[in-house]
Amino acid sequence: MKQLSVDHLTGIVDLTRQDIELILETAARFKEVINRPIKKVPSLRDITIANVFFENSTRTRLSFELAQKRLSADVVNFSAAGSSVKKGETLVDTVNNILAMKVDMVVMRHPNPGAAKFLSQKIKARVVNAGDGTHEHPTQALLDAFSIQERLGSVAGKKIVIVGDILHSRVALSNIYCLQKLGAEVMVCGPSTLIPKYISELGVRVSHNLREALEWCDVANMLRIQLERQDIKYFPSLREYSQQFGLDKTLLDSLSKEIVIMHPGPINRGVEISSDVADSPQSIILDQVENGVAVRMAVIYLLAAKIER
Amino acid sequence: MEKQVILNATQLELTLKRLSHELIETHDTFENSILIGLQPRGIHVATRIKAQLEAILAHPIQAGNLDITFHRDDFRRRETPLLPSITNIDFSIENKRIILIDDVLFTGRTIRAGLDALLTFGRPSQVQLLALIDRRYSRDLPIQADYIGKTVDTLASERVAVEWKEIEGQDQVLLFTKEGNEAAQR
Repeated sequence: MKQLSVDHLTGIVDLTRQDIELILETAARFKEVINRPIKKVPSLRDITIANVFFENSTRTRLSFELAQKRLSADVVNFSAAGSSVKKGETLVDTVNNILAMKVDMVVMRHPNPGAAKFLSQKIKARVVNAGDGTHEHPTQALLDAFSIQERLGSVAGKKIVIVGDILHSRVALSNIYCLQKLGAEVMVCGPSTLIPKYISELGVRVSHNLREALEWCDVANMLRIQLERQDIKYFPSLREYSQQFGLDKTLLDSLSKEIVIMHPGPINRGVEISSDVADSPQSIILDQVENGVAVRMAVIYLLAAKIER
Repeated sequence: MEKQVILNATQLELTLKRLSHELIETHDTFENSILIGLQPRGIHVATRIKAQLEAILAHPIQAGNLDITFHRDDFRRRETPLLPSITNIDFSIENKRIILIDDVLFTGRTIRAGLDALLTFGRPSQVQLLALIDRRYSRDLPIQADYIGKTVDTLASERVAVEWKEIEGQDQVLLFTKEGNEAAQR
């Protein structure tokens, strides 16, 4: 019988293709569950999960919490604002204090790359990375792959372009690993200052021309400019960025084929994507959000199955 | 390994026919009744019964498949995770008469989980149970079938396997009297 090859989900980089396929297959079953009149199953009623967020989040935290509740797990939430972190407590101490209250799994978002991996080596509970700085955001990549598979039938052989702030994006890195492991071709597109120098070594194409990239792809994943992570200016103005790398209806309609539009959120309407594109039938942005709950249920279910009794 | 045929293809066919007639006695034209096969093995019994009923009644019967994985009581009590099969109940079961269908009724735990899973789809007016094989005196829970294909007396160490033409190549019901047999553990 199949099970995950890992005990924690700290990054897509650690997963095998079989792991990813198992998660997506299980997620499809959970998607059916969350469309029932009673959207809840009792599988995890003896599991307690802590959501530990050292960085802001609406969608991801809500999505994780809903996923956990629909699996009947007990949930405690912790956010760094107003916590002992401000009083100088270390990450491991904070989490160990939470675990002392008999918590089986920790879902963590942290501003430092590698924080989830570090934590998984230090504590006994299962760790799920909900975003570690500019490094990885594995569940986002999994739900993106699930959404592509749902819309286009499969991920293998498809061409996906990730547009925007690749340098500061954990979504981009996790997506590259995930899509490549599933057999897709990946391109990144953006101003050269926002494309990491050695990214082509991951086997992705690089383009600095949005039209060219869109003509090549089947799916365009539009990323937000992460101004909060940019300590220096990477481009002259948002207006100039928007003119060169923003996707509007005129550009979308002028393409020779119909492509699928994705966005991990939050959207800056009018910057990387115009309102009419975000709300067009080609956009699967809200499907991504719905699928997020199913995919996170699958990840938590499969990891919980490996918790010793 | 010792194996014994409990029902051969002809007997199995006869049993399914009898069960179908028994169902019609209670459910008449099936106007308000729905067949639900339990994944993974009960769905084959449900498919055969549905075909029999439709042949007799000459109109389509509503039917669906139900997966009970997420409602089982042995999650995290096994070596490997329990992986789900497909559920397709794309109709309302509110105020309907439901016939749950499984191949072998043994401890009753699957049916307990099946009842819980079924009720997440709404509130049926009645739920009945059809089991092709009833392994008598081996229940862990107070659950009995309303329609039984064949009752057998077995030891806990024995296994009963229902095989189908479209999967195993032959319609038959087998009793394995030694543990560790792969086919019998399904």
